Amino acid sequence: MALLEVEDLTVKFYTEEGVVTAVDDLSFRIKRGEKFGVVGESGAGKSVTALSVMRLIEEPGRIESGTVRFDGEDLMEMSESEVRDVRGNDIAMIFQDAQTALNPVYTVGEQIAEAIRHHLDYGDAAARDRAIRLLDDVGIPEPEARYDDYPHEFSGGMQQRVVIAMALSCDPDLLIADEPTTALDVTIEAKILDRLERLAEEYDTAIQLITHDLGVIAEMCDRVMVMYAGRAVEKATVEEMYYDPKHPYTVGLMSAIPRIGDRQDRLQTIPGTMPDLVEVPSGCSFHPRCPFAEEECTRKQPPLVDPETGEGVGLSDRAAACLAYTGDLDNELDYEVEVRGRAEQPDDGQPDPRVRRPDSEPVRTDSDPVGLDTDLLDQNDDGEDDAGGLSDG
Amino acid sequence: MSLRRFIAVRVAATVPILFGVSVLTFALVHLTPGDPIDQMVALNPQISAAEEAAIRARYGLDGPVWQQYLTWMGNVLQGDLGTVIIVDQPVLPYIMARLPETIALGLFGWAIALLIAIPTGIYAAVNKDTLGDDLSRVFALSGISLPNFWLGLMLILVFALWLDLWPVLAPDKPLLSTEMLWYLVLPGVTIGTASSATLMRVMRSSMAEEMNKEYVTAARAKGLPERTVVLKHVLRNSLISVTTIAAFLTASIFAGAVVVEQVFAWPGLGRAFVGAIIGREVDLIMAITLFTGVTIILANLLADIMYAVLDPRIRYD
Repeated sequence: MALLEVEDLTVKFYTEEGVVTAVDDLSFRIKRGEKFGVVGESGAGKSVTALSVMRLIEEPGRIESGTVRFDGEDLMEMSESEVRDVRGNDIAMIFQDAQTALNPVYTVGEQIAEAIRHHLDYGDAAARDRAIRLLDDVGIPEPEARYDDYPHEFSGGMQQRVVIAMALSCDPDLLIADEPTTALDVTIEAKILDRLERLAEEYDTAIQLITHDLGVIAEMCDRVMVMYAGRAVEKATVEEMYYDPKHPYTVGLMSAIPRIGDRQDRLQTIPGTMPDLVEVPSGCSFHPRCPFAEEECTRKQPPLVDPETGEGVGLSDRAAACLAYTGDLDNELDYEVEVRGRAEQPDDGQPDPRVRRPDSEPVRTDSDPVGLDTDLLDQNDDGEDDAGGLSDG
Repeated sequence: MSLRRFIAVRVAATVPILFGVSVLTFALVHLTPGDPIDQMVALNPQISAAEEAAIRARYGLDGPVWQQYLTWMGNVLQGDLGTVIIVDQPVLPYIMARLPETIALGLFGWAIALLIAIPTGIYAAVNKDTLGDDLSRVFALSGISLPNFWLGLMLILVFALWLDLWPVLAPDKPLLSTEMLWYLVLPGVTIGTASSATLMRVMRSSMAEEMNKEYVTAARAKGLPERTVVLKHVLRNSLISVTTIAAFLTASIFAGAVVVEQVFAWPGLGRAFVGAIIGREVDLIMAITLFTGVTIILANLLADIMYAVLDPRIRYD
């Protein structure tokens, strides 16, 4: 039995503009101690998924259907007070922006200790000791003195460490980290991720890592779920996603990563933006941006299937939602993964897979107002060294 | 140390404020025709013009306004606030005799305002856009719209005359006796209602705003009960804006006291103030105005200190 099993989760927001289906029929599972990545652009439903797992969705949002089994028990069936016993205790959350996640008027120590007192029935002194130990664990120097400091007396990176300490305070089994390093600069990010990974080992905690940064996923995660417009479009191990992505959206994300040494003027982008979730495109919601889209994609919503067999997969760990795997498309998905680094720098140890896609126009449909900037693949790859090559004229 | 310095600076800043207030008030009083001597003369027509002039001179009411102001100022700087002419009594003991009554009434009104406003504001914010919230909005609107004197009269009519729960007149008991405190409820409610309505709206909007902050979600994600989330995490953050308004309302509490003391025949400064204006008692008007000014300045200073207590990010150094 997996630690967390989310099945058929649907979350809707009843806004004035209309009903937004933020999470649509989503299923995934996280095993004990596993590091599970959730990737996607802003608005893909990653954070809503995270909040739903803790049943923290607020008005006007509503969890419409689905089960969230944690350790075999369905959180959706629990009473509010039973869920509260799980929150912070068994499942804890690390927020994106530590500055806003910390209450400005209480000391950081108090904000860590209050959960300890509440869940673990510690006395004041014992909770304080434990909180100080946690501050030490997350790498805050002089934790004893810093306990009584207020959030504004910490730097951004230190605040994020406090938030991590807060999340770890009751030794949770699952840590949901919602873009934990997005607000930080890159050097701090590396340190924090490193620390998070070590602590997860130490505390034997599973992590659901939400991010839009594929590099972070590669560094930390075992398995990945790629989300688009509230749905899972691909699930894979990190290796599979990097070396053998199956969904055109994943392919797009992969090719959008700039590489050091690339001589190209423009960053690769996926044309267009995430659709407005009030009016999701018909059929496959990615079709207006997909270079491989055909007529059928505008009509039929692709199920999440095993890309090898085309069979439905339920909670399985390898799946993609593209009609290419159900035999509904006339053409094949035409892209290749080029692994650089190995050949050129054999000692590097860090292979650099690159996904290449043909420069084709996406299928235009009525609901497609975008799709103009399709320069997907236009870099010179002749290996000629012409000092940067920012422009050739 | 630094807080002490901050307070010292603020106290020093009251000097020019009080100077401005005194000039303005003095000018306004002298713009209104008549003085206490005119009234004396009207009541005793046999007083001769020479006697009238002599009395004026005795109280410093002759000479141009600027001269009178300077004389008054000179006396004040020497600790002499002047005379209440009609009773021929120094101003200071006259005020001191009435001050406790007004302070008691003001504090009572203030306490009632906060007691109504904070729980209702919290309730309305937590139950935003429900029937309870709407009702509180109606209450707030009525509270702001009802004139003090009318509300006071209605309370007397209903609770003192019809229901006979309160005496109509203040009992002749010491100020801090139970009878007196009981009697203070009606005038206290009268004074507090309008302020409580304003405070409640501020409380509600500031709570509602804080409720949307991420630290609230974070507190919930810790598994804390909603009561702790609201009363510990949200409340303290919301109280900062409430403090500002509460200090600001000190002025309207005093303005309320002027009317309410009249309606409830309460022997405080507010009533003395009305009498002073009718009798053109310059010295008394000046003293009460300055006293009010000092109170309002102190209330705002207190609010500034409260900010620092409530919010560790606010420091005066």
